[in-house]
Amino acid sequence: MTTTATPSERKIASVPPGLWRAATALLRKDFAHEVRTRQTVPAMALFSVTVFVLFHFGLARDTISGSLASGVLWVTLLLAAVVGVTRLFAAERDGGAGEGLLLAPIDRTAIYLAKASALLLYLALLEVVALPAFALLLAPGLGDGLPELIATLALADVGIAAIGALVAGLAAEARAREAIVPLMLLPLLVPVLIAAANASRPLLETHSHAAGLAKWLGLIGLYDVVFVLVSVALFDYLLED
Amino acid sequence: MTRTRPHSRGLPLLSSATAATVVAALSLAFFYAPLDRDQGVIQKIFYIHVPLAIVSLCGFIAGGVMAIRHLRTGDRSWDMRSYVAIHLSIVFAVGTLVTGSIWAKASWGHWWVWSEPVLVSFLIVFLLYCCYQPLRFSIEDPERQARYASVFAVTAGAFVPVNFLAVRLATQHVHPRVLSQSGSLPGPMLLTFLVSLAGVALLWATLWKLELSLKSSRMSLKRLRARLEAPDEVEAPVPEVAVR
Repeated sequence: MTTTATPSERKIASVPPGLWRAATALLRKDFAHEVRTRQTVPAMALFSVTVFVLFHFGLARDTISGSLASGVLWVTLLLAAVVGVTRLFAAERDGGAGEGLLLAPIDRTAIYLAKASALLLYLALLEVVALPAFALLLAPGLGDGLPELIATLALADVGIAAIGALVAGLAAEARAREAIVPLMLLPLLVPVLIAAANASRPLLETHSHAAGLAKWLGLIGLYDVVFVLVSVALFDYLLED
Repeated sequence: MTRTRPHSRGLPLLSSATAATVVAALSLAFFYAPLDRDQGVIQKIFYIHVPLAIVSLCGFIAGGVMAIRHLRTGDRSWDMRSYVAIHLSIVFAVGTLVTGSIWAKASWGHWWVWSEPVLVSFLIVFLLYCCYQPLRFSIEDPERQARYASVFAVTAGAFVPVNFLAVRLATQHVHPRVLSQSGSLPGPMLLTFLVSLAGVALLWATLWKLELSLKSSRMSLKRLRARLEAPDEVEAPVPEVAVR
């Protein structure tokens, strides 16, 4: 934000910014905050690597493939997403930025869109670390089905971000927030897990092949559409103060 | 102070209808419906398990619809209705899981069968709704509590069909559908099933009204007591708040 406003900027400030402008501004703010504080994405990435190590010892396996590999990968990613969702409204809550946000003359939906996009971005960054770590530590034969796997990840991330931002908003006011977020988020993500794990199972076999990919990606797509719409419709009610 | 309690209206009639239908359903199940050729007497649990499942799912959806009503109108009594509906449906869902488990043990030899999509979906839905109450009661401000609980109820209501679709797709080709659905049921069994379904649905409705009227009596009692203790104070309207 500049302190000296040119006349044109003053004119803009008196008119509330549009939905997309407000959402991108908020997203930029959240991302700048994350770049400076580094509180969420490194924690998510480190968490995922730790869970891979846990699985190595828990399963007593050096390399895994097929259904075991896709299960380990997706469960780890969902648990790492819980870390991100718990922290999503941390700045608004602890720093008191929430009131400033509510006082801003913007559409409340912009707040949701910004938060969901921020979570989507964090999830993508998490996967940039987690996927190579997974290939390095547990699943050396990852390379073959990579494009299909990335498509699955991208679609699933949209659903996780959509429902994750809503759950983060719901739990932001609750006292037992840390306990409520995983309890609420993980059952809600079961359809994503079912579809994503089924889609990636053949991709992670020793001889990677894509089987039934369209069906499972279609299911994730349906989930994305339903919960983006539901969340956009409902998020406003969480901020009605 | 007299205050009309609309929730208790028609309750005696509804209760007698429920009692009559439940008795009729049980008599039909035990004395009229024929024994299943493959499963024998254990198949009779079908007449309680499936209606419980259907009614509790409809109850969850109804809770979501009432929550939409609350969010749209801001009328807190709709939140109360939604809360009681979800609470009751959780109890019915426990019944579904227990009867389903017994049935699975009797016909397949295991207490839990992952290849039965309806039961698995039910477990997931049940786990999700289990955090409705913790969420609700960890928010102190009553107005906000009602709003957040409604948002949860609508989200979870939308989740129910998506979840069923996902679990069904994942198990479709593994296990043949063993349980005969009502479409292929012989006449006497179908009649018994429909009467049982009506009985369980009426039971749900009666318990729902009963709980609502109990809650509103408790609210008026609280109000009267407050008036008794401080008769001079101007009576502040006490909003309907969920009491655990």
